[in-house]
Amino acid sequence: MAGRIKIRAQKKGELTEVKALMRHPMETGMRKDQAGESIPAHFITEVAVLHGDQTVMQAHWGAAVSANPFLGVRFQGGQSGDAVRVVWTDNQGGTGEGETTIR
Amino acid sequence: MRRQSDDAMTLYRFVMMIPRWWLLLLMVVPALADEGIFDQYRDLMGDDNPAIFVIDEGEEFWVQSQGPSAVTLEACDLGLGAGVTRGAYAQFPRYFADTDRVMDIETRLLYCMETLQGRDREVIAAKPYSLRGDFGTELEALVTWLAAESEGMTIAPEQAHPKERAMYAMGEEIFFYRAGPHDFSCATCHEQSNKRIRLQQLPNLTEHTEVAEAYGSWPAYRMSQGLVRTMGWRLQDCFRQQRWPGLIFGSEVSIALQTYMAVNAAGGVMTAPGLKR
Amino acid sequence: MNDTIKGRVSRRRLLNWAAALGALMTLPARAWATGSRPETAFDATALDQALMALGQTPTRHEGVIFTTPDIAENGAVVPIRVEVDQTVLPNVSKVSVLVEMNPNPLAAVFDIAPGTEVYIETRVKVAQTGNLYAVVESDGQLFMASRETKVTLGGCGG
Repeated sequence: MAGRIKIRAQKKGELTEVKALMRHPMETGMRKDQAGESIPAHFITEVAVLHGDQTVMQAHWGAAVSANPFLGVRFQGGQSGDAVRVVWTDNQGGTGEGETTIR
Repeated sequence: MRRQSDDAMTLYRFVMMIPRWWLLLLMVVPALADEGIFDQYRDLMGDDNPAIFVIDEGEEFWVQSQGPSAVTLEACDLGLGAGVTRGAYAQFPRYFADTDRVMDIETRLLYCMETLQGRDREVIAAKPYSLRGDFGTELEALVTWLAAESEGMTIAPEQAHPKERAMYAMGEEIFFYRAGPHDFSCATCHEQSNKRIRLQQLPNLTEHTEVAEAYGSWPAYRMSQGLVRTMGWRLQDCFRQQRWPGLIFGSEVSIALQTYMAVNAAGGVMTAPGLKR
Repeated sequence: MNDTIKGRVSRRRLLNWAAALGALMTLPARAWATGSRPETAFDATALDQALMALGQTPTRHEGVIFTTPDIAENGAVVPIRVEVDQTVLPNVSKVSVLVEMNPNPLAAVFDIAPGTEVYIETRVKVAQTGNLYAVVESDGQLFMASRETKVTLGGCGG
Protein backbone atom coordinates (compact mmCIF):
# COMPACT_ATOMS: atom_id res chain seq x y z
CA MET A 1 0.00 0.00 0.00
CA ALA A 2 2.64 2.55 1.03
CA GLY A 3 5.29 3.71 -1.40
CA ARG A 4 3.14 3.72 -4.51
CA ILE A 5 3.51 6.35 -7.18
CA LYS A 6 1.38 6.78 -10.28
CA ILE A 7 3.35 8.59 -12.95
CA ARG A 8 2.52 9.93 -16.39
CA ALA A 9 5.20 11.43 -18.61
CA GLN A 10 4.64 12.91 -22.02
CA LYS A 11 6.36 15.10 -24.56
CA LYS A 12 5.24 18.69 -24.80
CA GLY A 13 7.27 20.04 -27.70
CA GLU A 14 10.88 20.14 -26.56
CA LEU A 15 9.87 19.56 -22.99
CA THR A 16 8.81 16.46 -21.13
CA GLU A 17 5.99 16.90 -18.65
CA VAL A 18 5.82 14.57 -15.67
CA LYS A 19 2.79 14.25 -13.41
CA ALA A 20 3.13 12.08 -10.35
CA LEU A 21 0.66 11.22 -7.62
CA MET A 22 2.10 9.60 -4.50
CA ARG A 23 0.42 7.50 -1.85
CA HIS A 24 1.33 9.05 1.49
CA PRO A 25 -0.60 10.39 4.50
CA MET A 26 1.61 13.50 4.82
CA GLU A 27 0.69 13.66 8.49
CA THR A 28 1.73 16.96 10.07
CA GLY A 29 2.06 15.70 13.60
CA MET A 30 -0.39 18.35 14.76
CA ARG A 31 -3.56 16.26 14.61
CA LYS A 32 -5.17 14.09 17.23
CA ASP A 33 -7.07 10.88 16.62
CA GLN A 34 -10.51 9.91 17.95
CA ALA A 35 -8.95 8.89 21.27
CA GLY A 36 -7.28 12.28 21.65
CA GLU A 37 -3.82 10.89 20.99
CA SER A 38 -1.41 12.87 18.81
CA ILE A 39 -0.92 11.29 15.41
CA PRO A 40 2.84 11.27 14.80
CA ALA A 41 4.31 13.33 11.99
CA HIS A 42 4.76 11.19 8.88
CA PHE A 43 5.56 13.01 5.67
CA ILE A 44 7.74 12.83 2.59
CA THR A 45 10.85 14.93 3.13
CA GLU A 46 12.73 14.43 -0.17
CA VAL A 47 11.52 13.69 -3.70
CA ALA A 48 13.58 13.34 -6.83
CA VAL A 49 12.55 13.10 -10.45
CA LEU A 50 15.05 11.25 -12.63
CA HIS A 51 15.30 11.04 -16.37
CA GLY A 52 17.50 8.06 -16.99
CA ASP A 53 20.42 8.65 -14.62
CA GLN A 54 19.93 12.40 -14.41
CA THR A 55 18.11 14.03 -11.53
CA VAL A 56 16.04 16.71 -13.24
CA MET A 57 14.48 17.99 -10.03
CA GLN A 58 14.97 17.45 -6.34
CA ALA A 59 12.38 18.68 -3.88
CA HIS A 60 12.48 19.14 -0.12
CA TRP A 61 9.04 18.93 1.37
CA GLY A 62 7.48 19.89 4.68
CA ALA A 63 4.28 18.49 6.17
CA ALA A 64 2.28 21.27 4.53
CA VAL A 65 2.34 19.48 1.21
CA SER A 66 -1.11 17.91 0.82
CA ALA A 67 -1.82 14.27 1.64
CA ASN A 68 -1.38 11.87 -1.27
CA PRO A 69 0.84 14.50 -2.82
CA PHE A 70 0.91 15.57 -6.40
CA LEU A 71 4.00 16.71 -8.27
CA GLY A 72 4.05 18.16 -11.75
CA VAL A 73 7.30 19.16 -13.40
CA ARG A 74 8.62 19.89 -16.87
CA PHE A 75 12.18 19.40 -18.00
CA GLN A 76 14.15 20.02 -21.15
CA GLY A 77 14.72 17.08 -23.44
CA GLY A 78 13.63 13.50 -23.14
CA GLN A 79 12.47 11.18 -25.92
CA SER A 80 9.47 8.91 -26.19
CA GLY A 81 10.40 5.62 -24.63
CA ASP A 82 12.88 7.10 -22.14
CA ALA A 83 12.53 6.02 -18.53
CA VAL A 84 11.39 8.55 -15.94
CA ARG A 85 11.55 7.68 -12.24
CA VAL A 86 10.28 9.35 -9.11
CA VAL A 87 11.73 8.40 -5.74
CA TRP A 88 11.00 9.65 -2.24
CA THR A 89 12.04 9.25 1.37
CA ASP A 90 10.02 10.29 4.39
CA ASN A 91 10.78 11.39 7.94
CA GLN A 92 10.27 7.87 9.29
CA GLY A 93 12.79 6.29 6.92
CA GLY A 94 10.19 5.01 4.49
CA THR A 95 10.80 5.12 0.76
CA GLY A 96 8.77 4.99 -2.39
CA GLU A 97 9.52 4.75 -6.05
CA GLY A 98 7.77 4.54 -9.36
CA GLU A 99 8.75 4.43 -12.98
CA THR A 100 7.19 5.07 -16.34
CA THR A 101 8.25 5.69 -19.91
CA ILE A 102 7.75 8.93 -21.76
CA ARG A 103 4.92 8.78 -24.27
CA MET B 1 -48.05 61.56 12.59
CA ARG B 2 -47.69 58.91 9.92
CA ARG B 3 -49.56 55.75 10.66
CA GLN B 4 -48.62 52.29 9.52
CA SER B 5 -51.74 52.07 7.39
CA ASP B 6 -50.75 55.26 5.54
CA ASP B 7 -47.40 53.68 4.68
CA ALA B 8 -49.14 50.52 3.64
CA MET B 9 -51.49 52.46 1.35
CA THR B 10 -48.58 54.30 -0.23
CA LEU B 11 -46.74 51.08 -0.83
CA TYR B 12 -49.86 49.42 -2.21
CA ARG B 13 -50.46 52.25 -4.66
CA PHE B 14 -46.84 52.13 -5.72
CA VAL B 15 -46.91 48.42 -6.34
CA MET B 16 -50.16 48.59 -8.28
CA MET B 17 -48.53 51.11 -10.59
CA ILE B 18 -45.94 48.55 -11.72
CA PRO B 19 -47.02 46.73 -14.87
CA ARG B 20 -48.01 43.25 -13.63
CA TRP B 21 -45.63 41.32 -15.84
CA TRP B 22 -42.66 42.83 -14.04
CA LEU B 23 -43.77 40.96 -10.94
CA LEU B 24 -42.95 37.69 -12.70
CA LEU B 25 -39.29 38.64 -12.53
CA LEU B 26 -39.44 38.62 -8.75
CA MET B 27 -40.59 35.01 -8.77
CA VAL B 28 -38.05 33.84 -11.28
CA VAL B 29 -34.92 35.54 -9.87
CA PRO B 30 -32.59 32.65 -9.12
CA ALA B 31 -30.61 32.24 -5.95
CA LEU B 32 -27.21 33.86 -6.21
CA ALA B 33 -25.62 31.53 -8.71
CA ASP B 34 -22.20 30.69 -7.37
CA GLU B 35 -21.84 28.14 -10.06
CA GLY B 36 -18.32 28.49 -11.39
CA ILE B 37 -16.82 29.85 -8.20
CA PHE B 38 -14.58 26.79 -7.95
CA ASP B 39 -13.93 26.33 -11.67
CA GLN B 40 -10.50 27.93 -11.43
CA TYR B 41 -9.67 25.73 -8.45
CA ARG B 42 -10.75 22.56 -10.25
CA ASP B 43 -8.93 23.53 -13.47
CA LEU B 44 -5.69 23.97 -11.58
CA MET B 45 -6.29 20.71 -9.72
CA GLY B 46 -6.40 18.71 -12.91
CA ASP B 47 -7.38 15.07 -13.24
CA ASP B 48 -5.18 13.41 -10.69
CA ASN B 49 -7.47 11.93 -8.04
CA PRO B 50 -5.86 10.01 -5.15
CA ALA B 51 -8.85 7.67 -5.31
CA ILE B 52 -6.93 5.78 -8.00
CA PHE B 53 -4.76 4.27 -5.27
CA VAL B 54 -7.80 3.18 -3.34
CA ILE B 55 -9.19 1.49 -6.46
CA ASP B 56 -6.07 -0.67 -6.62
CA GLU B 57 -6.25 -1.36 -2.91
CA GLY B 58 -9.86 -2.47 -3.27
CA GLU B 59 -8.99 -4.88 -6.03
CA GLU B 60 -6.24 -6.31 -3.86
CA PHE B 61 -8.68 -6.95 -1.04
CA TRP B 62 -11.02 -8.71 -3.49
CA VAL B 63 -8.35 -11.28 -4.40
CA GLN B 64 -6.90 -11.62 -0.92
CA SER B 65 -7.52 -14.83 1.01
CA GLN B 66 -8.96 -13.92 4.37
CA GLY B 67 -10.91 -15.35 7.25
CA PRO B 68 -11.07 -18.85 8.73
CA SER B 69 -12.05 -20.22 5.33
CA ALA B 70 -8.95 -18.64 3.79
CA VAL B 71 -10.66 -17.78 0.52
CA THR B 72 -10.88 -14.65 -1.57
CA LEU B 73 -14.05 -12.70 -2.37
CA GLU B 74 -13.87 -13.74 -6.01
CA ALA B 75 -16.94 -15.98 -5.78
CA CYS B 76 -19.07 -13.20 -4.31
CA ASP B 77 -22.32 -12.68 -6.20
CA LEU B 78 -23.08 -8.98 -6.51
CA GLY B 79 -26.26 -9.59 -8.49
CA LEU B 80 -24.80 -10.40 -11.88
CA GLY B 81 -23.48 -13.83 -11.00
CA ALA B 82 -20.64 -15.09 -8.86
CA GLY B 83 -17.51 -13.02 -9.35
CA VAL B 84 -19.01 -10.60 -11.87
CA THR B 85 -17.88 -7.15 -10.80
CA ARG B 86 -18.17 -5.15 -14.01
CA GLY B 87 -21.39 -3.17 -13.91
CA ALA B 88 -22.57 -4.63 -10.59
CA TYR B 89 -22.39 -1.43 -8.49
CA ALA B 90 -24.61 0.46 -10.95
CA GLN B 91 -27.50 -1.94 -10.26
CA PHE B 92 -27.52 -1.55 -6.50
CA PRO B 93 -29.46 -1.54 -4.21
CA ARG B 94 -31.15 -4.77 -5.23
CA TYR B 95 -33.03 -7.79 -3.93
CA PHE B 96 -31.12 -11.02 -3.33
CA ALA B 97 -32.97 -14.30 -3.15
CA ASP B 98 -30.35 -15.93 -0.95
CA THR B 99 -31.02 -13.42 1.83
CA ASP B 100 -34.59 -12.57 0.78
CA ARG B 101 -33.93 -8.88 1.19
CA VAL B 102 -32.78 -5.75 -0.55
CA MET B 103 -29.12 -5.02 0.04
CA ASP B 104 -26.77 -2.17 -0.71
CA ILE B 105 -23.20 -2.76 -1.87
CA GLU B 106 -21.80 -2.62 1.65
CA THR B 107 -24.23 -5.06 3.23
CA ARG B 108 -23.71 -7.40 0.29
CA LEU B 109 -19.93 -7.28 0.73
CA LEU B 110 -20.32 -8.03 4.43
CA TYR B 111 -22.53 -10.98 3.51
CA CYS B 112 -19.84 -12.36 1.22
CA MET B 113 -17.14 -11.81 3.85
CA GLU B 114 -19.25 -13.74 6.31
CA THR B 115 -20.47 -16.60 4.13
CA LEU B 116 -17.48 -17.08 1.84
CA GLN B 117 -14.62 -16.19 4.14
CA GLY B 118 -16.15 -17.12 7.49
CA ARG B 119 -15.43 -13.69 8.94
CA ASP B 120 -17.33 -12.12 11.81
CA ARG B 121 -19.63 -9.46 10.33
CA GLU B 122 -20.01 -7.75 13.72
CA VAL B 123 -16.30 -7.02 13.82
CA ILE B 124 -16.38 -5.40 10.37
CA ALA B 125 -19.69 -3.63 11.00
CA ALA B 126 -18.27 -2.17 14.21
CA LYS B 127 -15.82 -0.08 12.21
CA PRO B 128 -16.77 0.00 8.54
CA TYR B 129 -15.45 3.50 7.87
CA SER B 130 -12.12 5.15 8.60
CA LEU B 131 -11.65 7.33 11.59
CA ARG B 132 -9.40 10.36 11.69
CA GLY B 133 -5.81 9.34 11.18
CA ASP B 134 -6.58 6.11 9.30
CA PHE B 135 -5.45 5.22 5.82
CA GLY B 136 -8.83 3.81 4.70
CA THR B 137 -10.77 0.67 5.60
CA GLU B 138 -11.06 -2.50 3.56
CA LEU B 139 -14.75 -1.84 2.96
CA GLU B 140 -14.11 1.67 1.66
CA ALA B 141 -11.46 0.33 -0.70
CA LEU B 142 -13.69 -2.49 -1.99
CA VAL B 143 -16.58 -0.11 -2.62
CA THR B 144 -14.22 2.26 -4.43
CA TRP B 145 -12.93 -0.47 -6.72
CA LEU B 146 -16.42 -1.81 -7.40
CA ALA B 147 -17.69 1.67 -8.22
CA ALA B 148 -14.79 2.05 -10.66
CA GLU B 149 -15.85 -1.27 -12.21
CA SER B 150 -19.12 0.50 -13.04
CA GLU B 151 -17.56 3.72 -14.23
CA GLY B 152 -19.28 5.09 -17.32
CA MET B 153 -22.22 2.74 -16.94
CA THR B 154 -25.86 3.62 -16.59
CA ILE B 155 -27.26 3.87 -13.07
CA ALA B 156 -29.90 1.13 -13.11
CA PRO B 157 -31.01 -0.09 -9.69
CA GLU B 158 -33.33 -3.05 -9.90
CA GLN B 159 -37.00 -2.26 -9.17
CA ALA B 160 -38.66 -5.43 -10.45
CA HIS B 161 -39.15 -7.12 -7.09
CA PRO B 162 -41.87 -5.91 -4.70
CA LYS B 163 -39.33 -5.59 -1.90
CA GLU B 164 -37.24 -3.32 -4.09
CA ARG B 165 -40.23 -1.10 -4.74
CA ALA B 166 -41.16 -1.14 -1.05
CA MET B 167 -37.61 0.00 -0.27
CA TYR B 168 -38.02 2.95 -2.63
CA ALA B 169 -41.31 3.90 -0.96
CA MET B 170 -39.67 3.72 2.47
CA GLY B 171 -36.79 5.83 1.25
CA GLU B 172 -39.12 8.45 -0.12
CA GLU B 173 -41.04 8.61 3.15
CA ILE B 174 -37.84 8.98 5.18
CA PHE B 175 -36.56 11.63 2.77
CA PHE B 176 -39.47 13.89 3.62
CA TYR B 177 -39.71 12.93 7.30
CA ARG B 178 -38.98 15.81 9.64
CA ALA B 179 -37.36 14.99 12.95
CA GLY B 180 -34.65 15.87 15.38
CA PRO B 181 -34.09 19.06 17.37
CA HIS B 182 -33.96 21.16 14.18
CA ASP B 183 -37.00 19.50 12.65
CA PHE B 184 -34.93 18.73 9.56
CA SER B 185 -35.72 16.26 6.86
CA CYS B 186 -33.39 15.38 3.99
CA ALA B 187 -35.77 17.49 1.91
CA THR B 188 -35.04 20.56 4.02
CA CYS B 189 -31.69 20.84 2.26
CA HIS B 190 -32.12 18.64 -0.78
CA GLU B 191 -35.51 19.36 -2.25
CA GLN B 192 -34.67 22.61 -4.01
CA SER B 193 -32.21 23.61 -6.69
CA ASN B 194 -29.64 26.41 -6.47
CA LYS B 195 -29.30 26.26 -2.73
CA ARG B 196 -26.07 26.12 -0.79
CA ILE B 197 -24.69 25.76 2.69
CA ARG B 198 -21.82 28.19 3.04
CA LEU B 199 -20.11 27.71 -0.31
CA GLN B 200 -21.21 24.12 -0.81
CA GLN B 201 -23.83 23.61 -3.50
CA LEU B 202 -26.71 21.42 -2.35
CA PRO B 203 -27.98 18.99 -4.99
CA ASN B 204 -31.72 18.74 -5.40
CA LEU B 205 -32.19 15.00 -4.89
CA THR B 206 -35.75 15.07 -6.21
CA GLU B 207 -34.61 16.33 -9.61
CA HIS B 208 -33.21 13.78 -12.01
CA THR B 209 -30.08 15.42 -13.44
CA GLU B 210 -29.00 16.73 -10.05
CA VAL B 211 -29.50 13.49 -8.14
CA ALA B 212 -27.86 11.54 -10.96
CA GLU B 213 -24.77 13.72 -10.73
CA ALA B 214 -24.73 13.49 -6.94
CA TYR B 215 -25.40 9.76 -6.66
CA GLY B 216 -23.12 8.89 -9.56
CA SER B 217 -20.11 10.67 -8.04
CA TRP B 218 -20.01 8.70 -4.81
CA PRO B 219 -17.83 7.07 -3.52
CA ALA B 220 -15.49 10.03 -3.66
CA TYR B 221 -12.09 11.14 -2.41
CA ARG B 222 -12.85 13.70 0.22
CA MET B 223 -9.94 16.15 0.08
CA SER B 224 -10.61 17.55 3.54
CA GLN B 225 -10.32 14.01 4.92
CA GLY B 226 -7.64 12.53 2.69
CA LEU B 227 -9.87 9.45 2.32
CA VAL B 228 -12.37 7.93 -0.06
CA ARG B 229 -15.83 8.00 1.46
CA THR B 230 -18.84 5.95 0.40
CA MET B 231 -22.51 6.85 -0.06
CA GLY B 232 -23.28 4.89 3.10
CA TRP B 233 -20.79 7.06 5.00
CA ARG B 234 -22.23 10.20 3.44
CA LEU B 235 -25.70 9.33 4.75
CA GLN B 236 -24.31 8.71 8.24
CA ASP B 237 -22.67 12.11 8.10
CA CYS B 238 -25.91 13.76 6.98
CA PHE B 239 -27.73 12.27 9.96
CA ARG B 240 -25.03 13.61 12.24
CA GLN B 241 -25.27 17.06 10.72
CA GLN B 242 -29.06 17.07 11.01
CA ARG B 243 -28.60 16.22 14.70
CA TRP B 244 -30.62 13.07 14.08
CA PRO B 245 -29.92 9.84 15.95
CA GLY B 246 -27.00 7.94 14.44
CA LEU B 247 -27.71 6.06 11.21
CA ILE B 248 -26.94 2.42 11.86
CA PHE B 249 -24.53 0.92 9.34
CA GLY B 250 -26.28 -1.50 6.99
CA SER B 251 -29.72 -0.63 8.34
CA GLU B 252 -32.90 -0.67 6.28
CA VAL B 253 -33.08 3.11 6.65
CA SER B 254 -29.69 3.47 5.02
CA ILE B 255 -30.58 1.04 2.23
CA ALA B 256 -33.97 2.73 1.72
CA LEU B 257 -32.43 6.18 1.29
CA GLN B 258 -29.82 4.82 -1.12
CA THR B 259 -32.61 3.13 -3.08
CA TYR B 260 -34.59 6.36 -3.23
CA MET B 261 -31.62 8.25 -4.61
CA ALA B 262 -30.46 5.50 -6.97
CA VAL B 263 -33.91 5.14 -8.52
CA ASN B 264 -34.28 8.92 -8.89
CA ALA B 265 -30.85 8.86 -10.54
CA ALA B 266 -31.65 5.94 -12.84
CA GLY B 267 -30.59 6.60 -16.40
CA GLY B 268 -27.70 8.78 -15.29
CA VAL B 269 -24.07 7.78 -15.52
CA MET B 270 -21.70 6.48 -12.87
CA THR B 271 -18.68 8.79 -12.69
CA ALA B 272 -17.27 7.56 -9.37
CA PRO B 273 -14.86 7.69 -7.75
CA GLY B 274 -15.31 11.44 -7.57
CA LEU B 275 -13.22 14.21 -6.09
CA LYS B 276 -14.95 16.32 -3.47
CA ARG B 277 -14.08 18.84 -0.82
CA MET C 1 6.55 -2.85 -17.06
CA ASN C 2 5.10 -1.34 -13.95
CA ASP C 3 3.98 2.19 -13.82
CA THR C 4 3.65 1.74 -10.07
CA ILE C 5 6.01 -0.25 -7.98
CA LYS C 6 5.04 -0.98 -4.43
CA GLY C 7 7.89 0.18 -2.25
CA ARG C 8 8.07 -1.13 1.26
CA VAL C 9 10.51 0.07 3.87
CA SER C 10 13.07 -2.46 2.78
CA ARG C 11 16.66 -2.13 3.68
CA ARG C 12 17.75 -3.40 0.30
CA ARG C 13 15.73 -0.80 -1.53
CA LEU C 14 16.99 1.95 0.73
CA LEU C 15 20.56 0.85 0.16
CA ASN C 16 19.98 0.66 -3.58
CA TRP C 17 18.66 4.17 -3.65
CA ALA C 18 21.40 5.46 -1.39
CA ALA C 19 23.92 3.82 -3.69
CA ALA C 20 22.30 5.39 -6.73
CA LEU C 21 22.33 8.79 -5.07
CA GLY C 22 25.93 8.28 -4.04
CA ALA C 23 26.77 7.36 -7.62
CA LEU C 24 25.06 10.53 -8.80
CA MET C 25 27.26 12.58 -6.50
CA THR C 26 30.39 11.22 -8.17
CA LEU C 27 29.25 11.94 -11.73
CA PRO C 28 31.43 14.27 -13.79
CA ALA C 29 30.85 18.03 -14.17
CA ARG C 30 27.62 17.61 -16.13
CA ALA C 31 25.85 16.57 -12.95
CA TRP C 32 24.57 19.34 -10.72
CA ALA C 33 24.67 19.58 -6.95
CA THR C 34 21.21 19.60 -5.46
CA GLY C 35 20.75 21.82 -2.44
CA SER C 36 20.60 20.45 1.06
CA ARG C 37 17.39 20.53 3.03
CA PRO C 38 16.97 24.01 4.60
CA GLU C 39 15.94 22.72 7.99
CA THR C 40 15.94 26.10 9.76
CA ALA C 41 13.64 27.55 7.14
CA PHE C 42 11.22 24.64 7.49
CA ASP C 43 11.18 25.09 11.27
CA ALA C 44 10.42 28.81 11.10
CA THR C 45 7.00 29.72 12.45
CA ALA C 46 6.67 33.12 10.83
CA LEU C 47 6.95 34.22 7.22
CA ASP C 48 9.79 36.73 7.61
CA GLN C 49 11.70 34.25 9.74
CA ALA C 50 11.36 31.62 7.00
CA LEU C 51 12.44 34.08 4.29
CA MET C 52 15.52 35.17 6.23
CA ALA C 53 16.40 31.52 6.71
CA LEU C 54 16.15 31.08 2.93
CA GLY C 55 18.57 33.93 2.42
CA GLN C 56 17.00 37.35 2.39
CA THR C 57 13.80 39.29 1.88
CA PRO C 58 12.89 38.68 -1.75
CA THR C 59 11.95 41.43 -4.19
CA ARG C 60 8.93 41.12 -6.42
CA HIS C 61 9.64 40.10 -9.99
CA GLU C 62 7.14 39.76 -12.81
CA GLY C 63 9.20 36.89 -14.20
CA VAL C 64 7.83 34.71 -11.42
CA ILE C 65 4.49 33.41 -12.67
CA PHE C 66 2.55 32.12 -9.72
CA THR C 67 -0.85 30.52 -10.19
CA THR C 68 -3.09 29.78 -7.24
CA PRO C 69 -6.87 29.65 -7.03
CA ASP C 70 -8.59 32.84 -5.87
CA ILE C 71 -10.80 30.66 -3.73
CA ALA C 72 -10.14 27.10 -2.65
CA GLU C 73 -12.87 24.55 -2.07
CA ASN C 74 -11.04 23.35 1.01
CA GLY C 75 -7.77 24.19 2.72
CA ALA C 76 -6.32 20.69 2.81
CA VAL C 77 -5.65 20.52 -0.93
CA VAL C 78 -4.81 23.74 -2.74
CA PRO C 79 -3.25 23.36 -6.20
CA ILE C 80 -0.47 25.78 -7.12
CA ARG C 81 1.83 26.28 -10.07
CA VAL C 82 5.11 28.17 -10.32
CA GLU C 83 6.65 29.03 -13.66
CA VAL C 84 9.50 31.37 -14.46
CA ASP C 85 9.90 33.43 -17.60
CA GLN C 86 13.56 32.76 -18.14
CA THR C 87 13.88 35.48 -20.77
CA VAL C 88 13.56 38.02 -17.96
CA LEU C 89 14.72 35.92 -15.02
CA PRO C 90 17.36 33.37 -16.00
CA ASN C 91 19.55 30.99 -13.97
CA VAL C 92 16.88 29.92 -11.54
CA SER C 93 18.23 27.24 -9.26
CA LYS C 94 15.55 27.02 -6.61
CA VAL C 95 11.83 27.57 -6.12
CA SER C 96 10.29 27.82 -2.66
CA VAL C 97 6.62 27.88 -1.77
CA LEU C 98 5.42 29.55 1.42
CA VAL C 99 1.97 29.82 2.98
CA GLU C 100 1.91 32.83 5.26
CA MET C 101 -0.81 31.76 7.67
CA ASN C 102 0.43 28.19 8.18
CA PRO C 103 2.05 27.30 11.51
CA ASN C 104 5.27 26.73 9.53
CA PRO C 105 5.06 28.91 6.43
CA LEU C 106 7.66 27.07 4.32
CA ALA C 107 5.88 24.25 2.50
CA ALA C 108 8.33 23.10 -0.16
CA VAL C 109 11.66 23.85 -1.83
CA PHE C 110 12.43 22.67 -5.36
CA ASP C 111 16.01 22.44 -6.66
CA ILE C 112 15.95 22.95 -10.41
CA ALA C 113 18.56 21.39 -12.69
CA PRO C 114 20.45 24.02 -14.64
CA GLY C 115 19.28 24.85 -18.15
CA THR C 116 15.83 23.41 -17.73
CA GLU C 117 12.33 24.77 -17.64
CA VAL C 118 10.99 26.10 -14.37
CA TYR C 119 7.54 24.60 -14.10
CA ILE C 120 6.39 23.16 -10.81
CA GLU C 121 2.93 22.04 -9.80
CA THR C 122 1.95 20.70 -6.44
CA ARG C 123 -0.81 20.86 -3.85
CA VAL C 124 -0.40 22.43 -0.44
CA LYS C 125 -2.31 22.77 2.78
CA VAL C 126 -3.49 26.28 3.47
CA ALA C 127 -4.65 26.70 7.05
CA GLN C 128 -6.69 29.83 6.44
CA THR C 129 -7.24 32.63 3.95
CA GLY C 130 -3.99 34.48 3.38
CA ASN C 131 -1.04 35.05 1.11
CA LEU C 132 0.94 32.38 -0.66
CA TYR C 133 4.46 33.12 -1.90
CA ALA C 134 6.57 31.70 -4.70
CA VAL C 135 10.21 32.60 -4.10
CA VAL C 136 12.85 31.82 -6.71
CA GLU C 137 16.60 31.99 -6.39
CA SER C 138 18.62 33.24 -9.29
CA ASP C 139 22.37 33.82 -9.02
CA GLY C 140 22.10 34.03 -5.25
CA GLN C 141 19.29 36.61 -5.30
CA LEU C 142 15.72 35.95 -4.21
CA PHE C 143 12.70 37.09 -6.20
CA MET C 144 9.06 36.44 -5.59
CA ALA C 145 5.41 36.67 -6.51
CA SER C 146 2.54 36.43 -4.09
CA ARG C 147 -1.18 35.83 -4.28
CA GLU C 148 -3.99 35.70 -1.80
CA THR C 149 -6.02 32.52 -1.72
CA LYS C 150 -9.30 32.41 0.15
CA VAL C 151 -10.02 29.20 1.96
CA THR C 152 -13.67 28.34 2.27
CA LEU C 153 -15.69 25.95 4.28
CA GLY C 154 -18.44 23.81 2.95
CA GLY C 155 -21.14 21.78 4.55
CA CYS C 156 -22.84 21.93 7.86
CA GLY C 157 -19.83 21.58 10.10
CA GLY C 158 -20.48 20.20 13.51
